[in-house]
Amino acid sequence: MLIRKPADIRPSEITSESNYLNRRDFMRAGAIAGGTLLTPISMSAMIPVSQGAALGNVGNSAFSTGEAPNSFEDISTYNNFYEFGLDKDDPAANAKNFKTRPWTIEVEGHANKTGVYDLDDFLRPFDLEERIYRMRCVEAWSMVIPWVGISLAEVIKYFEPTSKAKYVAFETLNDPQQMPGVRRRVLDWPYREGLTIAEATNPLPILAVGIYGKVIPNQNGAPIRLVVPWKYGFKGIKSIVKIRFTSTRPKTSWNMSAPREYGFYANVNPEVNHPRWSQARERRIGAGIFARKQKTLMFNGYGEQVAHLYENLNLRRNF
Amino acid sequence: MNTIQQVRFIWKPVVFLLCLVPAALVIGDAFEVTGRLGANPIEEILDRCGNWTLRFIMITLAVTPARQLTGWNSLMRFRRMLGLFTFFYAVMHFLSWFVLDQGMLLSAILEDLTERPFIAIGFTTLLLLSALALTSLMAIRRRMGHRWQKLHNTVYVIGMLGVWHFWWQVKKDITEPLIYAAILAVLLGVRVWLRWRSRTKRPTTANP
Repeated sequence: MLIRKPADIRPSEITSESNYLNRRDFMRAGAIAGGTLLTPISMSAMIPVSQGAALGNVGNSAFSTGEAPNSFEDISTYNNFYEFGLDKDDPAANAKNFKTRPWTIEVEGHANKTGVYDLDDFLRPFDLEERIYRMRCVEAWSMVIPWVGISLAEVIKYFEPTSKAKYVAFETLNDPQQMPGVRRRVLDWPYREGLTIAEATNPLPILAVGIYGKVIPNQNGAPIRLVVPWKYGFKGIKSIVKIRFTSTRPKTSWNMSAPREYGFYANVNPEVNHPRWSQARERRIGAGIFARKQKTLMFNGYGEQVAHLYENLNLRRNF
Repeated sequence: MNTIQQVRFIWKPVVFLLCLVPAALVIGDAFEVTGRLGANPIEEILDRCGNWTLRFIMITLAVTPARQLTGWNSLMRFRRMLGLFTFFYAVMHFLSWFVLDQGMLLSAILEDLTERPFIAIGFTTLLLLSALALTSLMAIRRRMGHRWQKLHNTVYVIGMLGVWHFWWQVKKDITEPLIYAAILAVLLGVRVWLRWRSRTKRPTTANP
């Protein structure tokens, strides 16, 4: 029956063959690599333009889980990205021709470094790392995803937020030409998300640019998206075009849409149910048709790294 | 063959097989013969059976108004079968929730039933449907007399509860439950209108 084995390809097993095929990117990366050969500094994040091209110089992380990752097919065909439609398979179908270059990210608000950055310039100062994280959707299903990305904490530090910066707000591209989903006001576009500075500078969150060692598929939030593994998936804002340092709590899309159902924090918490369904258990995608749901872990199992952030917070009220 | 025989030996078997197609596709897709159920097969099975339950309620409810509007009385011969297929898909929907989704874990099921209103509504809908299915046998129908019609009028309540059950579990986009609600409203409206028309017409035909 449907006992599909998740693909166990590790990025380390992916040869640079696709890099070779993607000659122009390869040469650009090569030029930089050539420069760095002379100095002992690590290679900066260079990401090829085309979807599916292999990412070079990806480091490993102690934060990665040893659980078997979901298959690339499951990860890239079953997800929510309302800008490309409401069904789980809509993003894969409707994001095929999404243009992720040229891409700029505007950094603004309470920080010393602000401005509009070309994606490649934005990424250059940082190292790529693979982070195999559990992903728990607020709809009570979960996956294990081998992301490739840069540490959000490093990014925050780089832009030197001032003491006024208490939160970081993110915004997704809002382009009705390319995104059929935003032509309908299902949510108040653009999609918005936010974290406290303490959350954003925790070592766990990343800005992901890849999956399975390759450039992230459009439907998963290309070219750059947030991953916060101890929070429900909707906090992981996709296709980011704006990062703002704010002194007050930013508005976030699902909270604006249904404040009783989706909070600002949205920490994975098996004890606080969604008003309409239980959060105590989750369906692990790919586990097979007769597999039982598994117990949801507090902070999605990342309590050791993040529980201290919420010591004085009533998590039932601040869900 | 006369019309009654044609309906019994040709059209009823054809419609019966057509009604089984959605169920056959679920099984075919589960074995990856006719297609696939996707990354979350259990959710897919639940959704498909639930959707077909609602569709069959609407189809069953359309039979009587369709007969009145077209004057094609043979349509009534399909009504019971269509109603029983509604029940069949509701049971499939329930069983896939009970066995596949909840893994027959009684504590989780009881919690779902008591704490989540949309599941309680769905369960109530299934109980009402079971009552109609059990009393669909001709012998029971005859014994029940006029009470049978009274009981079977709850089919509209069942339709409303079914749409409500769907509405409450949708995360955001209520387009689909709205469509079902609209169809239900039209079907009810047609019935009210037909009854009102027959009432206002009767005296004029009685006293020409």
